[in-house]
Amino acid sequence: MAALINVPSKARRGEIIEIRTLTSHIMETGFRHTADGTLVPRDIITGFVCRYNGAEIFRADLFPAIAANPYLSFFTVAKESGKFEFEWIGDNGYSSTASASITVG
Amino acid sequence: MNAPVTRRNAILGIAVAATSLAAPSILRAQSAGRVVVVGGGFGGAACARALKRADAKLQVTLIEPSKTFISCPFSNEVIAGLREIEAQQFGYDKLAAESISIVIQAATVIDTQMRRVTTGDGTTFGYDRLVLSPGIDFHLEALPGYDDAAAEKMPHAWKAGAQTLLLRRQLEAMEDGGTVAIAIPANPSRCPPAPYERASLIAHYLKSRKPRSKVLILDAKDAFSQQRLFETAWKELYGEMIERIALSQGGRVTSVDPTTRTIVTEFGNYTPDVANVIPPQRAGRLAGIAGVADATGWCPIDPVTFESKLVPNVHVVGDACLGGGIPKSASAASAQGKACAAAIVALLAGRAPDTPLLAGICYNIVAPGYGFSLTGNYQPRGDIFAEVEGGTTSPADAPRELRVREAAEAERWFETITADTFG
Repeated sequence: MAALINVPSKARRGEIIEIRTLTSHIMETGFRHTADGTLVPRDIITGFVCRYNGAEIFRADLFPAIAANPYLSFFTVAKESGKFEFEWIGDNGYSSTASASITVG
Repeated sequence: MNAPVTRRNAILGIAVAATSLAAPSILRAQSAGRVVVVGGGFGGAACARALKRADAKLQVTLIEPSKTFISCPFSNEVIAGLREIEAQQFGYDKLAAESISIVIQAATVIDTQMRRVTTGDGTTFGYDRLVLSPGIDFHLEALPGYDDAAAEKMPHAWKAGAQTLLLRRQLEAMEDGGTVAIAIPANPSRCPPAPYERASLIAHYLKSRKPRSKVLILDAKDAFSQQRLFETAWKELYGEMIERIALSQGGRVTSVDPTTRTIVTEFGNYTPDVANVIPPQRAGRLAGIAGVADATGWCPIDPVTFESKLVPNVHVVGDACLGGGIPKSASAASAQGKACAAAIVALLAGRAPDTPLLAGICYNIVAPGYGFSLTGNYQPRGDIFAEVEGGTTSPADAPRELRVREAAEAERWFETITADTFG
């Protein structure tokens, strides 16, 4: 399971809709040590972007204090039918994408 | 009286109280106390009994709307057809025989200024100290779509009785190949491991009667009590039959639609053949009537006396109180009821109450002859109970004989606690 997305499949034009995303990630803080004292290297998601028909509508920066499997929920206005694209980037070249369609009537 | 509190005298709250008789003159002088206990479950009944046994001169009244108590512990076995509901039912005759006044009425008004409780038939009971053991209620605002009518289609079976039997009938009516979903709320909730025991026993029923069926757990938690033991047992006994969608996999249920039997999670909809929806919880109705619940929905208490932090002379025991580390279980409620009784006897006698050490035990049966357990000890620390040393969990790697033995011990535990409370 890479990411879970919840976008309403249908909405009225002008309706405020909630978008939920959840992605599986360890979110290792970089502050922990193993039993033998070695630092566990940081491995987190650092950024998230959501685009609606190509236009960025939401962006978030993530930090070590954020727990594993980051869950983000936000709202937007349903303007037109089309596609939401989601992208997560992070340490060690981490990158993950997902998308969901909406019909606006 | 100043002897160190041992585990033994805390478990037997009566023993704590009995040692208090070391100051008999003071006690006698002030023993015409009136204590009203509202709620006759494991917490309230144990408290009423311990009060009367500690001081026979106390006037103890137990107010409870049902003349028969139906035990939640072991009710998962009723759901799975392994036990009949009659084995879960207990009355108050033995308590009445000990000169506890039993009033089979619902408390409708609790006037904490005038210190009196009014019941549905209009009778009023004055008190010096009031003990509330309200149990839980469902926090329905937290689960849109769920109400009493929805519970008839998507039973919670989280209060034993008609709901237990309804869920059992739904399982019996389901065709082979069906899916039974269990929606599990976040903590705090009554008996946190019990939903997983239920999943296990339902899987046991399905495996023997409807082997193509499955159990789907939709969980608002990522981790749960005794998780390794459960998951090992599931694999060993039921293979792939139990599937669990945890919080971080989108398992939290956000609403239900009883007309279509749909369970809506943060990331998907499910329409199982049987939907066991256990809603989020808060302290029982009585807590609201008495004004002892705070914004959390639960009742903050002084952990030494169980007296409410919000209303003087009112004590709260059992699932309804904010117990910190203590799980909301029958065993904890019973221990709290007894410790509260000892504190009340001390307070009425003008003495400082002893600091209780409570012990709790929780057995889980995942199949007939397969059980494991968790024990914990808890002591007041600041405003809450904190777990202290001495707790144990059954080993993860153990021969099957141990599981067999623990399943038998669980049955003995049930006989003991119900005899102790009602017998």
